[in-house]
Amino acid sequence: MSDQTTDNAVSVKNIYKNYGEIEALRDLSLDFPNGQLTSLLGPSGCGKTTLLKIIAGLLPATQGEVFVNGSLVTKPGPDRAFVFQDFALMPWASVLRNVAFGLELRGVNKNEREDIAAKYIKDVGLVGFENSFPHELSGGMRQRVGLARALSVDSPVLLMDEPFSAVDEQTRRKFQEDLLNLVKNENKTFIFVTHSIEEAVYVSDQIAILLPRPSRVSEIIKPKGFRNKDVDSIRKDREYLDTVESIWKSLRTYVE
Amino acid sequence: MLTRSFFLKILSGALIFGAWEYAGRTGVNYALPTFLESMKALFDMTMSGLIFEAYADTLRPLAVGVFISSFIGIGIGVWVGLSEKFDWLVSPIFIIMQAAPLAALIPLLIMAYGIGLTSKVFVVCIMAMPVIVLNTSVAVKNTPSSVKEMARSFLGTEKDVILKIIIPAASPVIFAGLRLGVSAGFIGAILAELKITPTGVGDIISYSRMTADYPSMYAAIFSIILLAVLFLNLLEKIENFFFKGNNQGYIS
Ligand SMILES: Nc1ncnc2c1ncn2[C@@H]1O[C@H](COP(=O)(O)OP(=O)(O)OP(=O)(O)O)[C@@H](O)[C@H]1O
Ligand SMILES: [Mg+2]
Repeated sequence: MSDQTTDNAVSVKNIYKNYGEIEALRDLSLDFPNGQLTSLLGPSGCGKTTLLKIIAGLLPATQGEVFVNGSLVTKPGPDRAFVFQDFALMPWASVLRNVAFGLELRGVNKNEREDIAAKYIKDVGLVGFENSFPHELSGGMRQRVGLARALSVDSPVLLMDEPFSAVDEQTRRKFQEDLLNLVKNENKTFIFVTHSIEEAVYVSDQIAILLPRPSRVSEIIKPKGFRNKDVDSIRKDREYLDTVESIWKSLRTYVE
Repeated sequence: MLTRSFFLKILSGALIFGAWEYAGRTGVNYALPTFLESMKALFDMTMSGLIFEAYADTLRPLAVGVFISSFIGIGIGVWVGLSEKFDWLVSPIFIIMQAAPLAALIPLLIMAYGIGLTSKVFVVCIMAMPVIVLNTSVAVKNTPSSVKEMARSFLGTEKDVILKIIIPAASPVIFAGLRLGVSAGFIGAILAELKITPTGVGDIISYSRMTADYPSMYAAIFSIILLAVLFLNLLEKIENFFFKGNNQGYIS
């Protein structure tokens, strides 16, 4: 048990989730290895956001348990940070305050938290927009504010709900590379929801394919060979292309 | 932008006053003085100091009533919005208060609290408070759940969620309620002076009507509307000062 808790940053055990009549998750179990990036890939409405919110401690599971570093999740904690699918920015607050908000809630003093926030605003490429309000930003820029906010609290586990869905393709590729560097350089565990098969294969150490509602893990794929290659050659790698192809084959049955 | 909206305000003012002047001159009604006559009466009242004496009386119940209605109204509204039990307990009172014909309640108020300041403050509150409470509670209930969830996920306490998320998110609708409530409070203050004891601006209105001094009557009415408009503008300034990005609606 003890070595299991050190290997897996997050363990989801036999989770069921019903929304009234709707059965979103049924007996879902999945381990998220420490320091790695796991993608959740599945059709729209299959319960990816639901699973992420249960791990975050924002939603109670109907049945089942989630462990983060060995302790049972009952509520949000400093060990997890969330990037929301709908960004969840405060329209009355500037970009700077939005990014620093996680630190503000932790009681970090104003100067310190704004210094930290400024660093992450720079990382996501929003320098010059510190004092803008969310309604003055494009969709992709808003999404990056949400990303910077989650990064700035420096949690060991990052829950990212389609974090790159609204950015343009160039920025997306840059963020994917940045993400690979983050995974490599920081000992953080990433749980990453995406709709894009290519993106999942490109950035993940492990890909969990979810079935349509009621959702379970149907397959776990662990791309191996190209992980240590340099970022440019991955997309040409044989195993990369084969993995994309095989995931597409198993998912297309649900599309048709 | 600012000069443009200022220009529009001047323009709509000019249109209204022009129409008033025209109606007064053509004699739509014998009791309608022209705009200029009314302004002259207002000027005379200002020079003689009569208007200031009147407002010294009128402003007291108005200020006390609006102050109480705003703070207690917002407080109760937030509470109603947060707690279903409290909503069930309290909301009917305010719905009745809003629906009840005030004129019918005034004799009861006089019996209970006499004809002094207390009754007048009550009239102002009955007019102003329900809309403030109801707007605030609706706004609080409609706070987007995703922003509340965000605050909880970043370890916000219950208090953080209320103070840093719910209140700012609700503020546009709360301020809209405040504006409606304050205008109703102004009406209430004058009504109290007409129906309870004639003092202040209400006294000018009823006295000049009795003596058929219509320019003075309209001058008094005009002055109270002017004051209300100025106060509403001040409220808008306060709102913009505190919640700058907020009047742009929700984005996601
Ligand atoms: N608050 C709720 N009340 C009722 N049903 C809900 C609620 N939230 C989600 N659901 C249902 O649960 C299912 C899973 O929703 P969820 O948001 O987790 O899907 P998702 O996999 O994140 O989808 P997408 O990829 O489109 O974001 C959906 O079918 C949805 O109808
Ligand atoms: Mg989702």
